[in-house]
Amino acid sequence: MSRTAEVDLNVVDWLNNVIAEHGSTPSALIPVLQEVQKKHNYLPEELLTYIATALNLSPATVYGVATFYAQFSLDPKGKYIIKVCDGTACHVRGSLPIYEAIRKRVKLVDGKATTDDGLFSVETVSCLGACGLAPVITINDQVYGQVTPEAIDLIIDVLEKREGM
Amino acid sequence: MIRNLEQLLAVKEKYNKAMKKQTSSLLLCAGTGCMANGAEQVYNALKDELAKRDVLVTVDYLLEDGCGGITTTTTGCHGFCEMGPLVRVEPTGTLYVKVKPEDAAEIVEATVNNQVVERLLYRHPNTGEVYQRESEIPFYKYQTRVALANCGEINPEDIRNYIAHDGYQGLEKALRLSPQEVVQMINDSNLRGRGGGGFPAGRKWAIAAAQESDKKYIICNGDEGDPGAFMDRSVMEGDPHRIIEAMAIAGYAIGADEGYIYVRAEYPLAVQRLRTAIKQAQEYGLLGKDIFGSGFNFELKIKEGAGAFVCGEESALIASIEGERGMPRPKPPFPAVSGLWDKPTIINNVETLANVPEIIRKGVDWFKSIGAVKSPGTKTFALTGEVANTGLIEVPMGTTMRHVVFEIGGGVRQNKKFKAVQIGGPSGGCLVEEHFDLPLDFDSLQAAGAMVGSGGLVVMDENTCIVEIARFFMNFTQNESCGKCVLCREGTRRMLEILQKIVEGRGTEEDLDLLEEIGESVQIGSLCGLGKTAPNPVLTTLKYFREEYLAHVVEKRCPAGVCQALKRITIVADLCKGCSRCARVCPVGAIEGEIKNPFVINQEKCIKCGACIESCKFNAIVEVS
Ligand SMILES: Cc1cc2nc3c(=O)[nH]c(=O)nc-3n(C[C@H](O)[C@H](O)[C@H](O)COP(=O)(O)O)c2cc1C
Ligand code: SF4
Ligand code: FES
Repeated sequence: MSRTAEVDLNVVDWLNNVIAEHGSTPSALIPVLQEVQKKHNYLPEELLTYIATALNLSPATVYGVATFYAQFSLDPKGKYIIKVCDGTACHVRGSLPIYEAIRKRVKLVDGKATTDDGLFSVETVSCLGACGLAPVITINDQVYGQVTPEAIDLIIDVLEKREGM
Repeated sequence: MIRNLEQLLAVKEKYNKAMKKQTSSLLLCAGTGCMANGAEQVYNALKDELAKRDVLVTVDYLLEDGCGGITTTTTGCHGFCEMGPLVRVEPTGTLYVKVKPEDAAEIVEATVNNQVVERLLYRHPNTGEVYQRESEIPFYKYQTRVALANCGEINPEDIRNYIAHDGYQGLEKALRLSPQEVVQMINDSNLRGRGGGGFPAGRKWAIAAAQESDKKYIICNGDEGDPGAFMDRSVMEGDPHRIIEAMAIAGYAIGADEGYIYVRAEYPLAVQRLRTAIKQAQEYGLLGKDIFGSGFNFELKIKEGAGAFVCGEESALIASIEGERGMPRPKPPFPAVSGLWDKPTIINNVETLANVPEIIRKGVDWFKSIGAVKSPGTKTFALTGEVANTGLIEVPMGTTMRHVVFEIGGGVRQNKKFKAVQIGGPSGGCLVEEHFDLPLDFDSLQAAGAMVGSGGLVVMDENTCIVEIARFFMNFTQNESCGKCVLCREGTRRMLEILQKIVEGRGTEEDLDLLEEIGESVQIGSLCGLGKTAPNPVLTTLKYFREEYLAHVVEKRCPAGVCQALKRITIVADLCKGCSRCARVCPVGAIEGEIKNPFVINQEKCIKCGACIESCKFNAIVEVS
């Protein structure tokens, strides 16, 4: 009990700082949610309620915004977030086989987006703005261009090795 | 602090004079594309090699009376992303492509000795010709760069470099004119919005300028939602000061003292470069209070998007800055009358703004001498897909598609057969061979049922399935519909379902008529541009490629051989020895026949797993489409 309370207090302290930085007006909502998303890789429900109170908004408003934008996730995401670009340029150069290859390589089944060990999340995005290099993927903001299903194996091997797997 | 023209020009002269004192400089592209291909390692390797030979100097050293040596500078995107990392040697203009860190020693050696590393020069993929200078390569030779003029030329993180390229002179001049005169200049130039609509920027500015209000805003739309376009990103990353200068000019013209740059969530590097640029501009007194001693104040803030295509629409973008769900609002009132926090607000696209400083500095006549009569100036296009030279280009408005795809783009990859160009992204349409000589400008494209849109230009060859592409775009818009309007929300969903049915081989001829009918209703019954244009890709492809749709629904055949469900696996009777091996491996028992006689596949049962193809020792089983 005492330990969780301590952790929560730290988070609340941090959150108070973030809110103070952006000002407690409704227009601060999206930047604050972005910071929470960045820190936790998702939006924990209890923090949403806290933010609503702090910004003088209804929890429904906060929930509405949190579910509108693709950047926000209400479920925890993996340590490595792999985004496969499925913009037009990447699509015509074969992004879907890449997507399938990654899912297969990290053993994602049944439409799940995150591996059970919490290591990888795999999602598609529309255009990363590097279309000249199609097909493109990013792993935690690192961009990889002209990827092939074979290159995927190498990239994931490196990450797994780093995680001691 | 720069307070007047004299001081501004002094910074420019000093910089340019200092740069002349070096023997050569190496310009390294550090756009997103080249960075992904290892530009940073190349940069470090070049610096190491230069240092080893004791010829490495910095810009600051040259500015402080140093002399000789070679600088290396990282620049924004040169546009030729596929060939990256790119290194250009000045003053010779030699371009090295696909440079690896291991090549650094050779490049430095050659540069010091006034030689060229032949093997790193660009070779045209279709003709095999080799080019030394960047300016001679067809990809660059036929371009006219205005918005992208500095991208790849200057270090985006050094304001002095921007000033040395005549930066902030437009703002200085504007502040000596009256706000009305500035609006008039933009109006006279007939600069039209590059964000898709082509609405004259001057008209919008005039409306906002005419409003009485204690507060007004300028917003730069850097949301760049079209999946397949990246010009706005290149400008924000490669020439951020140009946006700052333009927004200050716009602010002065309409009487706004505050601006927002709304940047797409996926563009972290653009955000970082803009932040640096804003800070430098403040330090130089080019943002903040009493700019150029004119009494004009202007501040800029950056807003990061949170991932929603519809937020590129101006009223949705405003809602998003205000902290709400990014849903479009009915117009009027237009933002120029009542926008951000109900104050008069101008929203312009990044590329539109990128033209503004030069229009002010060089004048209206200069601008109008470029491009088409009704659409003056240039347009950038993101050239992608099955084209030999992918990348970012800028050409005068009204350049023909033939010129763009075949001269600059180098034609279709691997000399395959051209099929179509999809222009304008999910709101646009497709153009075919009969449009080769169509001038690419707002009005001509509109007349052909397509649109300039953001300028995404995706080349498709014979191996691209048009129906699948239409399904792809519909999937995108359906996903991104904000759900406010019933016809957009439900109509796009129904259209997607039908297209899905067709690519899976379950479509009928009536479905094609139904697509047209729903499409037209969605166009009429939607509030914002997303819904109004969502059916375009389907409707234009139905017009130009009806045959291909018919092949899918009547013959259950995909001529491009893309649609998996329409593939058929058959046994070539002449090659089949009747060994029965395939019948034994087929997991669903779809293969029948008598030993020593050709076997056949029951198409009803076949699941197209391909197991039989692999098992056949006589290569008698093939996939046909
Ligand atoms: C669904 C939708 C998405 C849009 N996306 C963008 C965008 O990403 N960037 C942009 O500049 N304009 C976009 N627009 C157009 C803007 O609403 C607006 O017209 C434009 O920013 C005005 O600037 P301009 O006149 O300089 O082109 C979009 C419009 C719609 C309907
Ligand atoms: S047309 Fe579509 S995206 Fe636009 S407001 Fe209506 S539902 Fe939303
Ligand atoms: S389409 Fe993939 S980066 Fe643009």
